[in-house]
Amino acid sequence: MPATNRTERLLNLVIALAATSRWLTKEQIRRAVPQYERCESDEAFDRMFERDKEDLRELGVPLVTGSHDPLFDDEPGYRIDRGRYELPAIDLTAEELAVLGLASRVWQQASLAGPAARAMVKLRSLGVSEDCETLVGIEPRVRAAEPAFEPLYAATRDGAPVAFRYRKPGDTAAAERRVEPWALTARGGWWYLVGHDRGRGAPRAFKLSRIEGGIRRVGAAGTVVPPRDLDPAAMVRPERTERDDRPARLRLRAGRGTALRLREGARLVTDEEGWSLIEIPIGDVAQLAHQLAGHGPDVLVESPPELRERVLGLLQGTRLTHATDTSGPEPATPGPPSPAAAHSPVSGAPGGPR
Amino acid sequence: MSVGATARLSRLLTMVPWLLQRQGVPLAEAAAHFEISQAELVKDLELLFVCGTPGHLPDDLIDADWESGRVYLRNADAISRPLRLGIDEAVALLVGLRTLADVPGLHDRDALESALTKLSTAAGDAASAAAAVTVDLSRGVSETTLGTLRDAVRRRRRVHLRYLVPSRDETTERDVDPIRVMTLDGRWYLDGWCHRAESARRFRLDRVVSVDLLDADGTPPAGVVPPDLDELFSPSPDDLMVTVDLAPQARWVAEYYPVEQTVELAGGGLRVRLRTASPDWLPRLALQLGGGMRVISPPEVVGRVAELADAALAAYS
Repeated sequence: MPATNRTERLLNLVIALAATSRWLTKEQIRRAVPQYERCESDEAFDRMFERDKEDLRELGVPLVTGSHDPLFDDEPGYRIDRGRYELPAIDLTAEELAVLGLASRVWQQASLAGPAARAMVKLRSLGVSEDCETLVGIEPRVRAAEPAFEPLYAATRDGAPVAFRYRKPGDTAAAERRVEPWALTARGGWWYLVGHDRGRGAPRAFKLSRIEGGIRRVGAAGTVVPPRDLDPAAMVRPERTERDDRPARLRLRAGRGTALRLREGARLVTDEEGWSLIEIPIGDVAQLAHQLAGHGPDVLVESPPELRERVLGLLQGTRLTHATDTSGPEPATPGPPSPAAAHSPVSGAPGGPR
Repeated sequence: MSVGATARLSRLLTMVPWLLQRQGVPLAEAAAHFEISQAELVKDLELLFVCGTPGHLPDDLIDADWESGRVYLRNADAISRPLRLGIDEAVALLVGLRTLADVPGLHDRDALESALTKLSTAAGDAASAAAAVTVDLSRGVSETTLGTLRDAVRRRRRVHLRYLVPSRDETTERDVDPIRVMTLDGRWYLDGWCHRAESARRFRLDRVVSVDLLDADGTPPAGVVPPDLDELFSPSPDDLMVTVDLAPQARWVAEYYPVEQTVELAGGGLRVRLRTASPDWLPRLALQLGGGMRVISPPEVVGRVAELADAALAAYS
């Protein structure tokens, strides 16, 4: 099996490079590993060796290059730095190992799941047994199903600039973006890349699900340096309009608007026949307007007028897009309200966003 | 496959030091430790047996013996110590730990902090790469809710939930035997046996209005299968199929809810088909979007949206 051959080849390479106290030249390595010796051409060996070196580096095998005599222009040799090969003695307690196990399971079904599991095999081999009672019953997990995650993670880790096609919300087509990747951050079930957008000349955040097609590297590894004070989570927080602390006074039909009544800071003003009057903090006025409009005739805004206007605007927008009084399913003529106008009701609404 | 080969190499490099220190360990015990089958372990040992230092004469090769059902390993000096953590391995664990540290209501802070410190030291340079990934799971869950539910799972106690059902605009009261507390796509959920529904159910923690720990055993009935860990919503063929047009500013609906068919429209909009089990949910969503979503079919849903908008507008005038 090819995989078995590869593992065998890599293991022989590790042993050869770890067992030596001298630098081994490429030719010596080729002779030392039977699978290399069987290579048909120099090119085939070169390709294989380059790929294997990369695999070993990714596994954490400290491959170093050097030569016996720096004064002579010797061919550089390779060996494994035994001092840095070894896992340092980590004195883990049973509880710490359990916490680490839970941390490794955060990556279930995500592309870092493999490395997380391998790391745990190493740590568990240190001889501590886990305390299984710690943190039982809780399973925080992240997925990274987006195909862009893997290549972007690698580019971010390696500090390499990338290019990809990205479709902004509201855009009709994707456009090419060139980005120096700083970090990947997950928020609300979505992954974002934050970095320096070369085209815009400014920091930007990109939702991975809006990337179309593949990721190309457009620069060498190690050329991207994230800012020291980088806060990726802050870069993807939705821009919050100033919090509006004024109360909104709402008229709720009896038994309706449950979520509003339960909202933090909600206050019952009066209960009337078939209705309740309550007050809740506005918070984000646009967001609240959308939420209130969803309740239809069950929730009416008494004040402030600005909120009332917004809700009315949304209701009118809904009414215009759901015309039932024409004969066909589509309006026969594009007269006012035109479908286009009806499709952007928020901006067209009276008292819309300033 | 390259991934398979490196993963296996990593296992072998871990396995050798472990076996060297436990000469004569039973095959079954070693297989269990590395979470592989005995057959896989034997394949690994066979592979070790043909590897060794340059020359590859019998004396150069690793000596592995497992005939007796116990594993003996010799002549593997070059790889007798466990390999340090690789960069991705360190990143995976460090980011995992930091994610846990941000979760509200976790009690085992001490172990978490000390594990983070020890791992950062052991990982060395790789630790700095962990800044490349951050995860925030702290949103939309209260410390009290999460803390109480965790306690309930751990102590196998039943809980009483007051639970909001926004699509019906009501709260429900239910007794639940908790199975686990988990996250899925950035949201927290409780899986448990619901005594009211008499079946396993999944509850969103941001909709839990209150939770009380009951003085009753909360062991779920034997043989209960919790909902699939990764399945959020399984549409049923009985659900109503709805077609809607989404304006550009409402495209998020297609990302947020499971949709069955997506067609790009001129002007940046989307036409999507989705299934809904709750007849009230879709008109409510249409009203929220205020025209950003236009229901195309079926006609009775279009009519219902118009009717609700009319009633609301009439109430204001």
